[in-house]
Amino acid sequence: MAETAKLLGTKGSPYSHRAEVALRLKEANFEFLHEDLAHKSDMLLRYNPIHKKIPVLVHGEKSIVESLIVVEYVDEAFDGYAILPSDPYERAMARFWARYIDEKVIPAFWMSCWTDGEMQKGFIAQAKETLTTLEGQLKGKKFFGGDSIGFVDLAAGMVAFWFGILQEVAGINLLNEEDYPVLCRWADDYCSIEPVKESLLDRKLLVAHFASKKEKIFATKAPVYD
Amino acid sequence: MAEGKGDLKLLGLWATPFVMRVRMVLEQKGLKYENLEQDLSNKSELLLKHNPIYKKVPVLIHGGSAICESLVILQYIDENWSKTGPPLLPSTPYERAIARFWTAYIDDKLLASLKGILMAATEEAMTEKIADTYAALETLEGAFKKCSAGKGFFGGDSIGYLDIILGSLTVWIRVLENISGAKLLDETKVPLLVEWEKRFLTADYVKKVLPTVERLEEYGRARRANIG
Repeated sequence: MAETAKLLGTKGSPYSHRAEVALRLKEANFEFLHEDLAHKSDMLLRYNPIHKKIPVLVHGEKSIVESLIVVEYVDEAFDGYAILPSDPYERAMARFWARYIDEKVIPAFWMSCWTDGEMQKGFIAQAKETLTTLEGQLKGKKFFGGDSIGFVDLAAGMVAFWFGILQEVAGINLLNEEDYPVLCRWADDYCSIEPVKESLLDRKLLVAHFASKKEKIFATKAPVYD
Repeated sequence: MAEGKGDLKLLGLWATPFVMRVRMVLEQKGLKYENLEQDLSNKSELLLKHNPIYKKVPVLIHGGSAICESLVILQYIDENWSKTGPPLLPSTPYERAIARFWTAYIDDKLLASLKGILMAATEEAMTEKIADTYAALETLEGAFKKCSAGKGFFGGDSIGYLDIILGSLTVWIRVLENISGAKLLDETKVPLLVEWEKRFLTADYVKKVLPTVERLEEYGRARRANIG
């Protein structure tokens, strides 16, 4: 449909980023509506009453929520760039690794940043293992998707851009070139892709944002992405 | 009958809903597979080799290639054998997104509250989890109304993805009703789901795969007995 889609999101959120990059890869007509998560809009509450979270894609009268569900929807509903591969087995692998990122990679890294003492040591050990496993998936390939970015690259966007920022604010050094040369090279390549670049906030701004929320995040462990 | 790469093996466990859902879809599609029951207290070489990341079931091994995570497996079966048997996921991108959304809701919220009932160590915890379960089921009642659009299943005229996902929890819900004493699928609260369940349970492949309440209750009570 030629109708302009609306993406409710925030530039600070890696989940919103996934949806935005998907739309940009498809060269879709869309309007980015910036949500103030401290004062959620009527539109957000209407289109995502269950979770009240971003991103929300509004396409025609329909709304689609949950970042990876949005990405799959965009891949299927819009022509052009193939975000998921066409082979069923390759698709299964892409979905598996995207889930792995959400269930293992991100939580371990996040908790490594915002805990201390013995608890932090435990999370750091977990995070290192998950990063190693993730890096292993890149062997011989430029991107997780192969020669061009795909579903897993989008899912890993947080790793590429946000992880460096979060660890800087938290004062730890987990994801570095010495320990993860392949993953760091991928991160640079991913962030250089035009549609990705267009969706990323200025790094300094994001560092300042997380630095200002540091105490709150440390206390609650809950992300604050706006 | 294996499209593409070879024969099918399923590493599973009869009592877990994640495995039940895969078996139901394999049966629904009429696919031949070797069902290999696993002992999760003593994990097999095959399991550790094919699911090194999570070491969990289900694992579908298709001609030597492993696919893990129940939802990934279900979509793989649907896409790889798209011309065999009925389609599992709905036909439009939007309906597929809705099915995926409610699947995630079931696997996050409903499963958590059901597990909470099973593992509740105190009366208070049990009461809380029962309330959570009611809330989740009432939300799903609303989802059923929208997705079914007046037809018999979430998938419309026939059993689809979301029916299988929720359907894989039906025996556990019965078991937890017996354990907790609370009527969870209560016709005064969720009448549409109660009727849906009756329809769901008539399918041959569902009857073949789902364990009896008695057998699962014995298993469930044994797990409860092991709580601290």
